Amino acid sequence: MKAARSSGLQWATAGVASLALLWLVFSLWMAGQPLVAVGIGALGGSAIYIYGTAQSVAWKYLFPGVAGMLVFVAFPLVYTVQIGFTNYSSKNLLDEDRARQYLLEQSVADEAHARAFTLHAEGSALRLKLMPEEGGSGAVLVSPPLKLAAGAPAAPVAMQPLGTLALGDALSLRDVIQQRAALQALQLQLPPDEGGKLIRYAGLREFGPIDPLWKAVDDGALQQLASGTVYAPNRDTGFFESAQGERLQPGFKVSIGLANYTRMLLDADFRSPFVSIFIWTVMFAGLSVLFSTALGMALAVLLEWQSLKYRTLYRTLLFLPYAVPGFISILVFKGLFNQNFGEINAILDAVLGIRPAWFADPLLAKTMILIVNTWLGYPYIMILCTGLIKAIPADLYEASAIAGAKPLTNFFKITMPLIARPLTPLLIGAFAFNFNNFVLISLLTDGRPDFLNTKLPAGTTDILVSYTYRIAFTDSGQNFGLAAAISTLIFVLVAIMALVQLKATQQKDSRS
Amino acid sequence: MPIVTGKSQRWRVWAAHAALWVLLALTLFPLLAVISISLRPGNFATGSLIPTTISFEHWQLALGIPYTQPDGTVVQPPFPVLLWLWNSIKIATISSLLIVAISTTAAYAFARLKFARKQALLNSMLLLQMFPVAVALVAIYAIFEGLGQQIPWLGIETHAGLIVAYLGGVAMHIWTIKGYFESIPVEIEENAKVDGATHWQAFRLVLLPMAVPILMVVFVLAFIGTIIEYPVASILLREEPNLTLAVGSKFYLYEQKYLWGDFAAAAVLSGLPITLVFLLAQKWIVSGLTSGGVKG
Repeated sequence: MKAARSSGLQWATAGVASLALLWLVFSLWMAGQPLVAVGIGALGGSAIYIYGTAQSVAWKYLFPGVAGMLVFVAFPLVYTVQIGFTNYSSKNLLDEDRARQYLLEQSVADEAHARAFTLHAEGSALRLKLMPEEGGSGAVLVSPPLKLAAGAPAAPVAMQPLGTLALGDALSLRDVIQQRAALQALQLQLPPDEGGKLIRYAGLREFGPIDPLWKAVDDGALQQLASGTVYAPNRDTGFFESAQGERLQPGFKVSIGLANYTRMLLDADFRSPFVSIFIWTVMFAGLSVLFSTALGMALAVLLEWQSLKYRTLYRTLLFLPYAVPGFISILVFKGLFNQNFGEINAILDAVLGIRPAWFADPLLAKTMILIVNTWLGYPYIMILCTGLIKAIPADLYEASAIAGAKPLTNFFKITMPLIARPLTPLLIGAFAFNFNNFVLISLLTDGRPDFLNTKLPAGTTDILVSYTYRIAFTDSGQNFGLAAAISTLIFVLVAIMALVQLKATQQKDSRS
Repeated sequence: MPIVTGKSQRWRVWAAHAALWVLLALTLFPLLAVISISLRPGNFATGSLIPTTISFEHWQLALGIPYTQPDGTVVQPPFPVLLWLWNSIKIATISSLLIVAISTTAAYAFARLKFARKQALLNSMLLLQMFPVAVALVAIYAIFEGLGQQIPWLGIETHAGLIVAYLGGVAMHIWTIKGYFESIPVEIEENAKVDGATHWQAFRLVLLPMAVPILMVVFVLAFIGTIIEYPVASILLREEPNLTLAVGSKFYLYEQKYLWGDFAAAAVLSGLPITLVFLLAQKWIVSGLTSGGVKG
């Protein structure tokens, strides 16, 4: 009984969910988002299949996690690669249909036929009074009472002759400004004997006919009504172009093949800062790992020395940089290193009489980044090494003590060789992390100081990720396509590092 | 560990202590300096590191209370720090709860249920997680831009969108919870199933109550992870009242408007609780680190 009822309920739920999904997919498809529609359809379809049928118990538990990863980790990767082959940028933001639609909606107010208007309160509603055209002969018109506070009606409002209707005082300009949003959406229809035209808001005092600038003609082209020039869509460049090659803004999104990649490799203006940034990225990641490892490992070894007191206290305090949220400690360093107001320069000035320009000089800026990143990174290595050293059997050290070995000999002959192998994959991981350490660069220097004489702004302390961020989201025209192409290159590098790390991990597992 | 000890032993201990003290001074300097700066009057005063006069003006402003200067002018708080803190906590709490829910069920499937290509799926999820989000920002931005045109409450500038964006980062958490589930003997659930419990009941009523400690750990880890997240939040949120702390804090240190003292107070106010939570959770974070994860 109960089972039958619950299965009936299940079917009903599945049916309702399927209908809702179909409706959503359909409306997305109609809204010109076929890719999203297919994606949502596939995802929702599998959800209904998994939860609606008794096929696989395991997938009922797996689905949310796997779907989350597919949508927000895997899909962005694939999508980035795809964007890398397009000219997607702030100039070519929309797809062709929407760019055309945007241009077709462009219009110009016909000043010659504008009519002055005033607003008059009537209870809680407003009436709009239209004067005849300047020098024209028509009647004074008035609208029915409108509740503009609740937004403009969607349909055109029919105007009638004022006749003998008595209106209150006109609203002041300030009160009219408050109604502006509703007025801009308002369409007024003139009476048939005045042409029956639609007129729209054309300024704080006027309504007037609004004429479109463009007309759609054959083959998706657009004709400028004033001049008659035809602009045809060029699907290689992503712009509407006239026969003379003039381009209309905005352009649209098209695939441009490998153009972003050839630009990266062949355009000399772009290549030289790009190569410097690449070299600095590798140096930054490598030196960060080197310095943090040197310091972290030394501390781990020292804090295992049993003659030393207060080791737990030292370890806790030395761990602190890792516990403070990165965005706070990085900004604290940014302030401390400030050339004029920073405490570090105040101390250096008092002791040595120098005030280094940490943020203006490329070499000093790089030094500062490495200092900060060593501070941020050594506790992690210290913790890792401590764990690994604790796993070394004590009898090895006892044997070396009998042989009369000195501490340094112990370190290089026992500790180092034994922790090197398990540490390697973790250090590769740390290298990969720093290779993409966007937060540090973005918050500390933001890539500055910039290279001089580059077309696209590029910073001497930029690493690849922060450089793509700059290309995509700050100045220089938001070139998403180019940024995505560089990101694709980073994916390849990350994938290589991941594989190397996997190899190193497996080596560790097979030997231990 | 036994090391050959000689006459120089005592000197070595002293040298080690001295070296550690120097290093501690360097390590703790920024943290102590920022506390002192937050108590120092004015935004530009330099000179003494230990403030000669203590002023709570920056703390007042950080807490959103206007401050009246001695000459009578009233300084308004430059940024809504408490609102940002609230945004951060709200986003981190909701997304961490969802992350825990999603990863727990997935971890259950990985630990207890049989299905095809289990190992391959787990490996590819862990591999995918190695690609940092910061690299796919363009695509994430484009996705939420497109999503917002259809579903406005999930678009750019919405907290719901940001929360949803964080739901992809579950692989490490699935791994952690799976390890814990595997340490619980499977017989207890099997007994429940013999008594007529369904999969879901065995999971919900038998396994979950035993796994509460690890769920709390994962919640704390996810919470810290999302509260300090900067790249995705910085592209999805742009308007001042919408920001999270991680995105908002940088506005204090613009060249044109340099609010060093105000920043210090806001930094201590918001950084201290997160640091304390991190130190409390340190034990589990460290065990996760040494088992192969990388801070990310």
